[in-house]
Amino acid sequence: MSGHAASAARFAADEERAHWHDQALWAVRAKRDAQAAAIPEWEELRETAAAIKAHTLSRLADYLEEFERNARANGVEVHWARDGEEHNAIVHRILADRGVTRLVKSKSMLTEECHLNPYLIERGIEVVDTDLGERIVQLAGLPPSHIVMPAIHMKREEIGALFHDKIGTEEGASDPAYLAEAARGHLRAKFMAAQAGLTGVNFAVAESGGVVVCTNEGNADMGTSLPPIHIACMGVEKLVPRSRDLGVFLRLLARSATGQPVTSYTTHFHGPIRGGELHFVIVDNGRSAILGQETFRRSLSCIRCGACMNTCPVFRRSGGYSYGYTVPGPIGSLLAPQRDPRAYGSLPFASSLCGSCSDVCPVKIDLHHELYMFRQELVARRVVPWRKRFAMKVTGLVLGRSWSYRLAGKLMRAVVPRLPRFLVYGPWNPWGRARELPPMPRKSFRDLLREEPS
Amino acid sequence: MPKVALFVPCYVDQFYPRVGLATLRVLRKLGLDVEFPAAQTCCGQPMANSGCAADARPLAERFLAIFGGYDHVVAPSGSCVSMVRNHYGQWLEGKPGFDHLRTSTFELCEYLVDVAKVARVDGEFRRRVGLHMSCHGLRELRLARSSETMVAPFDKVRRLLAQLRGIELVELSRPDECCGFGGTFAVNEAAISSLMGRDRIADHERAGAEVIAGFDVSCLMHLEGLLRRAGKPLAVMHVAEILEPARLS
Repeated sequence: MSGHAASAARFAADEERAHWHDQALWAVRAKRDAQAAAIPEWEELRETAAAIKAHTLSRLADYLEEFERNARANGVEVHWARDGEEHNAIVHRILADRGVTRLVKSKSMLTEECHLNPYLIERGIEVVDTDLGERIVQLAGLPPSHIVMPAIHMKREEIGALFHDKIGTEEGASDPAYLAEAARGHLRAKFMAAQAGLTGVNFAVAESGGVVVCTNEGNADMGTSLPPIHIACMGVEKLVPRSRDLGVFLRLLARSATGQPVTSYTTHFHGPIRGGELHFVIVDNGRSAILGQETFRRSLSCIRCGACMNTCPVFRRSGGYSYGYTVPGPIGSLLAPQRDPRAYGSLPFASSLCGSCSDVCPVKIDLHHELYMFRQELVARRVVPWRKRFAMKVTGLVLGRSWSYRLAGKLMRAVVPRLPRFLVYGPWNPWGRARELPPMPRKSFRDLLREEPS
Repeated sequence: MPKVALFVPCYVDQFYPRVGLATLRVLRKLGLDVEFPAAQTCCGQPMANSGCAADARPLAERFLAIFGGYDHVVAPSGSCVSMVRNHYGQWLEGKPGFDHLRTSTFELCEYLVDVAKVARVDGEFRRRVGLHMSCHGLRELRLARSSETMVAPFDKVRRLLAQLRGIELVELSRPDECCGFGGTFAVNEAAISSLMGRDRIADHERAGAEVIAGFDVSCLMHLEGLLRRAGKPLAVMHVAEILEPARLS
């Protein structure tokens, strides 16, 4: 056992914790259901969002150029990055050229994907994540375990202990209101001292050249209105053609993500603040390769709401870290192996293919079907271990002929009940670790059929 | 009268023969001309589920050759029917007879409701029943509204069972969460798979179910395996077994 199965088993071994994690995320799913149910045209919104994204991706280059033109006309400096390395270098150069040594960030999964924080810190820049959940995991020295709720895996007592250690809260204090207030005070000082602010982007609008950032804590707004320099980093897939398209996506995003009708703050950036600078860094980092292949390009429609994680029965019981990738859960299991099939080859198998992710997805990515199809990619590229491929070859051959199928069934039903238990339920039988084998009746259906009057 | 082929999935044939018999009897009681093509084996899902397309494909081709000549194909499994309807296209698209096969292969409950137009179920089943809505029947065949989708409620399985006298369909706290079977997932990710199954069982227990009923024996096999290991008294039954004594019209 390796890859996701192994790390998931470790997480689930603490069953109480796995259940706690499951319940916490299920509660978010339930809030999402209530919000979605309150919108009579919910399914129509999903259809529309999927269509807008499919259209945008079909002429992405044109829309990107339109966006760039309009952004420049608004006084924004636009930068293009081929990959994470280039992205990090661009951000660093902007900061270094201006003598910035203190940066505040709001949540950006793209910068997590590019590993921007360590890059900047190594080069002498203080980087402070200002989203509460992000700050918690940053103080703990961990990556986010969930793209919307980065510290969802931590209990409040653990956060209390961490804050006591790192920002001097009272020992043993775990009241969420107290801890949040302490974090506010701690972050306020960082905001006041910051020389530049960096944000992610939820949506970029081609026709206006503006970007939209959604937060619940107003931290993106603090971080972009106090210091004079704002850098917004976005993947190429964040684009929508028109401002009116936001009327579709903003209604879907918060409802799907956290079960709120809308995020507390939805900020539109159309140009630099007076006397300041606004930079957009547009990043590919493997996205156009995904766009180039037909079966899996729809994964680029993702608006990073995290609903597929909250609903995924596997994610809820295995935790975000079990995926080992910046974006975990069903969508991450599709994105990660496209980036590196060998490193993330176990992820498409980390799904029971129940399809809840596909039904919950606000942009209707057929996630479970794509995971199913991606397994074929992994077999074709021989990423799946040969033993598994061999076992399936043999199974296919046995099941492919009536006589061998009947013989195998008969042998199994005759032999297994006669074997001593330790032989049947040895370590070579993963089914039997927690489950009994099915009954082994003397007669199969086709045997019984001969006795059935027709 | 339509000529109906009964497709009994491999593991049902071998391990749960009574489910195959119950399905056959339910269909015959409707006066249908039902045949069991003896050459049938497996739909290929274990291989396809593992990504081994080259090993699954011959089974899909075989399935078409065996079942292509019937008016209808009916199976007591949502998952295997979904395999034919939603996944065979990759290999069989454009092959003669495939369009017909795809649109005329049915899971038992949808066949009863949509094709045989069964409106009345006259019978009794005096037990408290928890319905297990297996994922592929639910979300790939749309046997009922899934809890994620915001469309008008419907449920072809409940519609049949609810008419039985004395049956009490209990309300689960999570009406359609996956049980964790997931085909090869059950052995690839045995720890998570079993935890999911135990959680599902706990939900049925809290709701007071005596029987977990479903339309996919694969999920029931997984749940039964967990129940028997834990020595729990809950029973699992396929919908066909519950409907078998009833009169359908």
